[in-house]
Amino acid sequence: MKIFLHNRSMLPGLVLTLIFTGAAIVSLVWVPYDTTVLNIAERMKSPSLQHPFGTDQFGRDILSMIMVGARTSIAVALVAVGIGMLAGVPLGLAAAARKGSLLDEVIMRMNDLVFAFPSLLIAVMITAVFGASALNAIIAIGIFNIPVFARLTRGAALTLWSREYIMAARVAGKGPARISVEHILPNVTNLLIVQGTIQFSLGILAEAGLSYVGLGAQPPTASWGRMLADSQTMISLAPHLALFPGLAILLTVLGLNLMGDGLRDVLDPKLRRSRS
Amino acid sequence: MRLKLFGNGLISALALAASIGIAEAKTDIIVAMQLEPPHLDPTSAAAGAIDSVLYSNVFEGLTRFGPDGSVNPGLAKSWTISEDGKTYTFNLHDGVKFHDGTDMTAEDVKFSLDRARGDDSANAQKALFAGIESVEVIDPVTVKVTLSEANSNFLFNMAWGDAVIVAPETIADIKTNPVGTGAFKFSDWVQGDKIDLEKNPDYWGTPAQLDNVTFKFISDPTAAFAAVMAEDVNAFVGFPAPENLPQFEADPRFQVLVGSTEGETILAMNNKLEPFDNIKVREAVAHAIDRQAIIDGAMFGYGTPIGTHFAPHNPDYVDLTGLSQYDPERSKALLAEAGFPDGFETTLKLPPPSYARRGGEIIASQLRAVGIETEITNLEWAQWLEQVFRGKDYGLTIVSHTEPMDIGIYARPDYYFQYDNPAFQELFAAITSENDPEKRSELLKQAEEMIAKDYVNAYLFQLAFPTVADARIKGLWKNQPTQATDLTAVVWED
Amino acid sequence: MLQYFLKRLLSLGLSLVAASVVIFLALEVVPGDPAAYMLGVNAQEDTLNALREQLGLNGTILQRYLSWAGGLLVGDFGTSYTYRTPVSELIGERLWVSLPLALYALTLSTLIAFPAGIWAASRRGSYADAGVMGVTQLGVAIPNFWFAMLMVLVFAINLRWFSAGGFPGWEDGFFAGMKALTLPAIALALPQASILTRVMRSSLLDTLGEDFIRSARAKGLTRGQAMWRHALRNALIPVLTIMGLQFSFLLAGAIIIENVFFLPGLGRLVFQAISSRDLIVVESVVMLLVFAVIVVNFAVDLAYALVDPRLRRRR
Repeated sequence: MKIFLHNRSMLPGLVLTLIFTGAAIVSLVWVPYDTTVLNIAERMKSPSLQHPFGTDQFGRDILSMIMVGARTSIAVALVAVGIGMLAGVPLGLAAAARKGSLLDEVIMRMNDLVFAFPSLLIAVMITAVFGASALNAIIAIGIFNIPVFARLTRGAALTLWSREYIMAARVAGKGPARISVEHILPNVTNLLIVQGTIQFSLGILAEAGLSYVGLGAQPPTASWGRMLADSQTMISLAPHLALFPGLAILLTVLGLNLMGDGLRDVLDPKLRRSRS
Repeated sequence: MRLKLFGNGLISALALAASIGIAEAKTDIIVAMQLEPPHLDPTSAAAGAIDSVLYSNVFEGLTRFGPDGSVNPGLAKSWTISEDGKTYTFNLHDGVKFHDGTDMTAEDVKFSLDRARGDDSANAQKALFAGIESVEVIDPVTVKVTLSEANSNFLFNMAWGDAVIVAPETIADIKTNPVGTGAFKFSDWVQGDKIDLEKNPDYWGTPAQLDNVTFKFISDPTAAFAAVMAEDVNAFVGFPAPENLPQFEADPRFQVLVGSTEGETILAMNNKLEPFDNIKVREAVAHAIDRQAIIDGAMFGYGTPIGTHFAPHNPDYVDLTGLSQYDPERSKALLAEAGFPDGFETTLKLPPPSYARRGGEIIASQLRAVGIETEITNLEWAQWLEQVFRGKDYGLTIVSHTEPMDIGIYARPDYYFQYDNPAFQELFAAITSENDPEKRSELLKQAEEMIAKDYVNAYLFQLAFPTVADARIKGLWKNQPTQATDLTAVVWED
Repeated sequence: MLQYFLKRLLSLGLSLVAASVVIFLALEVVPGDPAAYMLGVNAQEDTLNALREQLGLNGTILQRYLSWAGGLLVGDFGTSYTYRTPVSELIGERLWVSLPLALYALTLSTLIAFPAGIWAASRRGSYADAGVMGVTQLGVAIPNFWFAMLMVLVFAINLRWFSAGGFPGWEDGFFAGMKALTLPAIALALPQASILTRVMRSSLLDTLGEDFIRSARAKGLTRGQAMWRHALRNALIPVLTIMGLQFSFLLAGAIIIENVFFLPGLGRLVFQAISSRDLIVVESVVMLLVFAVIVVNFAVDLAYALVDPRLRRRR
């Protein structure tokens, strides 16, 4: 635990992450102002005591919008990482267990294929096919997480398969599936957590980008990316409309990245030695 | 050696004179607009951007729209209409030439009209030509058009961009190299960026004042703002971000013209879908909406409230906004009467323009206040056409109907809002065949009232058309009676 | 080696076929009829049919796939539905924006990352190192389109040094073109430069820890000398790999930045084509980009295999 908190990146990362997840959770029960009620008369007010971050083009409180937007961003990114792990990890384990087989080849080629597609273009295509929504943003981001986790898992699992204790388990008559679950998986968990944090932060950036071009969550659901898109033409009139949502994205991603670095240092002693 | 020096001196003196000449009267202009035409054939696409570039500049029809929406003589200098209103004889201007040097004659008129109404016609407004029974060439400058029944709109129809006169020799390449009869001829198109026109020295009518015209396409509102501010463009017609207009108004370098359009912006309701098949529900929706909040919030104050599907600048317009005043209490009461005391849920499908996207968020919030929950879906135009317009798979949608004099769509029961009222269909048939202006005006007013009282749709506002231009430019159209950027009378002033 | 090459070539071909089928099928189910989009709200059914016939939209799926894929094989990308010009011409024009933009951004990112990475590595553990690493953390976390918006606000709207968007075309001169690409290139380069700096630094540090550097140091070279003479060259291999990846990312991934700055590049072309249901353009551009990535990967694989024969067996 001590090493946990003494790490240079861990503490600020954890604090930032807690602030934004906290804001998202609090927004479920309480926000300063209802974000579904528009008040045209109060629009584009500069930051003040009543509205610390000011109001937007429809007179909504920007602080409240950012709190609700945190929920959207975190939910989309989290589920997308979940999809990537749930599909990618088993694929990676299977490919490693049957290394060199047709199965391995097919899985890895499919991974290459997904990697070869320009991810953002595919996200645009998916939302064009199925319509723009938070769910489709999740799917689009999630699909590109699958090969990331599959490769990572396969690579790590392959080195584990050559270890003595796996040999021992094999000799003891355990099948590849059982070995994968009982011996390989627990040993790649740390790696997955670290990569998961990084993919989580990438997911938040991707969600913001998709929403910015209008392909993410639809109104009235608040979304940071769409707040930025909506503020674009008003940036010279009321810069605060663009400032706060952008800062929210920046700080959340920064927090997650720092936390990811910290986790890697803590969970992977080999790296810790070489890094500091 | 001396001679050469002398020669140089002469050349620079000439150059000096020339540059002074240019400084005195600027003869080129860069006009920006939001949408780029997909191709350059106004007779085979609905894209208004084609007309915005070419109408009246490059292509002309038998008649043409003036800046106030009036129908004026175009290539036809005069016409006679038979007693029964079925035969139109057009007298064409003499000596009109296409930009490729060939003569424009009655044969070209016949070709253009026959092409537009033919079986394999790809004309987006084919209905404009539907009543034509035959087109006959009397002599090179006279053409006779016979209609199957009298149509008081015929001259108006012939003024549309979809009815311009084209030549059979150049029709094959019209999409990339349009050849018309206008005061400007097409010179170059850099796709994704700009279209250049140049003055037609052999124009049959009053020649244009400008020598070179560049249309630049800037779809992004932020880029549009910056381009005007930096004076990269001389004018921006249809400026996309109304929120930026006050900044231009305050700047002496610019003039801001806020004109009217034929765009009735409506919250359309699917009249055959429950619960909108109930007139009480439609009335409740109409009363739930605060037009001024939408005009302020979505258009930053630019736009005129309307109470029916008719343009307020038209002399036959009746102000019926009183029928659908903002009254949420009344709206709730009507919903309760209709059997929805707790409201209901429906879909709100929004096409891309900001009036729809921003207006949609405001309307959703206003409807929520009376208990109607909406699920907003933002659609691209292609999806909107497929799902809403053709598929009729929607509850509510917001769209601006920019075609001029289009109240006739309410006489089409298969139109996307599915208003099927035989009384209205009869009334509209009477309007079409009525040639007496006063009676016609009376009938139009009845029609406006009928759709307002039936609460077919919730009528929001007439779309404004903002133009931001260099303060020295004169002669730009302020209003948009049709989609056009007529530059034939534009001139720089000092 | 030949056998390995043939095997990889077969897999390359299969990948391309699979990609083309996926792209084609995905766009088959896209709702929205291109003909309806072009003719608008007052179009009549017979007019629509006539146009669909002209566009070749009335054949069966298989017929249309074969005619599209067959055309690709001989370099014929078909004709755009909306623009009515050959797709290859459209792509060619857009490449003249996307390619220079990608190169510009990559150059900027390299110019920033190399010195910064080397500097941080050579002062490992110092405040300078911590400072550089802190800045790169920010650079990775900043949404590039937001950064772009802020730059537009400052440099285009307030200071008016640059125009806020658009591209004048190269015919207005090289510098006018480069000026228009400067803000977008900076916005694209920032996150890439941050990543590259980190890779550069860690790769250098790894190399510095290796035996041959130690022996060089033992021979009396200072740390700085060891780094410049030996470590840098060896540390470049992972850096160059990342740069290769970044280039294809920049070519295809500039779609959002192209939107912010309204640049007529490949990304915007696809974006516009999707909204106007100009499917043949979407299919062809995506296919081209996928082709580029797959071929680059193939070339990299081959190059590695030539350098390091062990890799041949590993795959």
